[in-house]
Amino acid sequence: MNNSYLLKGGQLPNGEKSDLAIDNGKIAAIGESLDVQTLEVIDISGCVILPGLVDLHTHLREPGREDSETVLSGSRAAVKGGFTAISAMANTSPVADTAGVVEQVFRLGQEAGLCDVFPIGAVTQGLEGEKLSEMGAMANSIAKVRVFSDDGHCVSDPLVMRRALEYVKQFGGVIAQHAQEPRLTVGSQMNEGIVSARLGLKGWPAIAEESIIARDVLLAEHVSSRLHICHVTTAGGVEIIRWAKARGINVTAEVTPHHLLLTDDLATSYDPIFKVNPPLRTEKDVMALREALAEGIIDIVATDHAPHPAETKECEWQEASFGMLGLETALSIITQTMVHTGLMNWEQVADRLSIAPARIGGYSDHGREIAVGGSAHLTVINPTATWRVDRDLVASRSRNTPFHGMELPGVVEHTFFKGVKR
Amino acid sequence: MRHLLSISDLSKDEAILILDTAIEMARASDGPMKKLPTLRGRTIVNLFAEDSTRTRISFEAAAKRLSADVINFGAKGSSLSKGESLKDTALTLQAMGADAVIIRHSASGAPVRLADSAWMTGSVINAGDGTHEHPSQALLDAFTIRKHCTKGGGDLAGLRIGIVGDVLHSRVARSNVLLLSLLGAHVTLIAPPTLLPFGVESWPVDISYDFDSVLPTLDAVMMLRVQQERMSDLFFPNAREYSRYFGLNRDRMLTMKSNSIVMHPGPMNRGLEITADVADSARSVIVEQVSNGVSVRMAILYLLLAGAPTEIGGNV
Repeated sequence: MNNSYLLKGGQLPNGEKSDLAIDNGKIAAIGESLDVQTLEVIDISGCVILPGLVDLHTHLREPGREDSETVLSGSRAAVKGGFTAISAMANTSPVADTAGVVEQVFRLGQEAGLCDVFPIGAVTQGLEGEKLSEMGAMANSIAKVRVFSDDGHCVSDPLVMRRALEYVKQFGGVIAQHAQEPRLTVGSQMNEGIVSARLGLKGWPAIAEESIIARDVLLAEHVSSRLHICHVTTAGGVEIIRWAKARGINVTAEVTPHHLLLTDDLATSYDPIFKVNPPLRTEKDVMALREALAEGIIDIVATDHAPHPAETKECEWQEASFGMLGLETALSIITQTMVHTGLMNWEQVADRLSIAPARIGGYSDHGREIAVGGSAHLTVINPTATWRVDRDLVASRSRNTPFHGMELPGVVEHTFFKGVKR
Repeated sequence: MRHLLSISDLSKDEAILILDTAIEMARASDGPMKKLPTLRGRTIVNLFAEDSTRTRISFEAAAKRLSADVINFGAKGSSLSKGESLKDTALTLQAMGADAVIIRHSASGAPVRLADSAWMTGSVINAGDGTHEHPSQALLDAFTIRKHCTKGGGDLAGLRIGIVGDVLHSRVARSNVLLLSLLGAHVTLIAPPTLLPFGVESWPVDISYDFDSVLPTLDAVMMLRVQQERMSDLFFPNAREYSRYFGLNRDRMLTMKSNSIVMHPGPMNRGLEITADVADSARSVIVEQVSNGVSVRMAILYLLLAGAPTEIGGNV
């Protein structure tokens, strides 16, 4: 009877009304008007049950910048946002480019125990883009790393990228590329366009992203490797990925919640809360990204949750850090931009935020269809309720959410990890 | 309105009011009593986080002629050089009771941050921010053009004005494009394509790469400073090539309309964007721009701070 729950009156992703029983970490029963004995009965009328959300792109800042986030505080934010698995990006200090660091992060995640924390390993030593890191050792460590990324930096040298793509094939790994041609973005501050020209902020052209995506899908095809594109932001990038997929190239892609909602004209305030890498783009890009996500050209939503301390945002735009919080607002932003607009149903939400990211990351215990006997990683969302984002109430250690003050639909009512309400 | 951050904050009537007020200020300054008592007891801080000579001195002179107390706060030897944040600097100035802060900063948008934050309550005047805007420079340029090229008093309708050079990195150009077109002038930007911003087609201007064909049609030509370091960033091959196509020399000047004027916001690179004989010629109003700057800045301070009957900007 330990940790057993009966969820009454909810709805499965496919729209079927159903009760769901959880017992001993597993889904024990699914069906209408279930009559089973559990420790706790929870009324979830009007709510949707999703497989626990999986984030493939999370900055947890530990080790190194525990003032802005820790594995524990990031795990709390994750669970609050409905995530049962998150992926710790490698750009910590020290960089996660050895088995020692990824094992440390993995262990911290286990100790926190609120959700699974899967470390991402660096592609190159120190994220410097020159020498490959010991990806084999990271893959064979207890952290079992399969996703490798220099995120924050582009693996810009084409030869290094080629070798990395080839090398990770031996253990079924994937390279997650931060697509940003560095020479086209020296000192860049925001999307290059009409707004940047008016504001006098150095432009970040869409082609700096698109040219790397184009190069890398061709490389992935040439060496028959698996490629993942982080945070796609441009309509042109979508078109290249569409072309690559039609050609049979093994590429997947992610989009962040903020790039599905916010646009570059927000920089008019010069408030660096809207400063992010890659930058906010135009309305046209936002619409193209939404369509691509609905179509499956972009496979998943990933948060790029990037905590920063206040002083790096309470300053001039060009001095400020890039990045924004994402874990606690992701599902609400998707509800607003994709579900309430009619672009996606809940089955598609389950796919883009749980099933597909778990498949890409190789997180075999996550992202499963909701079925009896499966691990009870579940998220319960009330899609019609709304809430107001308050930066002073976040679980994250940092407060840099661009959604502060917004009224958003979709309240995460419960998150179950290993069958326990978190 | 409490601040002057961007020309886009001004209506046409407000811009003309500033220019008209500047005429009054110039007249008063020419009188026997140079100093007006208008801002007596007010504290104005010159916060120059980036080096500047003429703009800082010009604002200082303007404030002093209006009897304000002026505190100069520069980059060198101040807390700014010790890495103090803009926020802490602003909190300090607020605690000292600054009624207005005139800010020059290398970061685009720093004055907007200062004005929109809760860090201080005084007026903020943008004295040039990064590659964004330099509104008081545009106002003094419009004042100078109006004085020479119109009968005075009204707008700049029908005038043709060229802005030549590094528009991409120029805050002077951005403010002038907004103000001159607001006042009805026809503006042409003349520059190599590398020195024009992406999306410039959306600006209310014409674009030309051919200085020689446009110059004879202009009533005023405004030469922008070209920084030497732009060459290493591949914006143009070298100084000689730049001067050949976009520099104003004597031969080119001879093709200009009679009564048309040559302007430069300074500091000049003599020999690069403008030759010495042009800069020192009778058509050049470059030195006069400086003296007009004091009158225009007096008008700005007066209208923002003196509680004049018609303030700049209708609403707060």
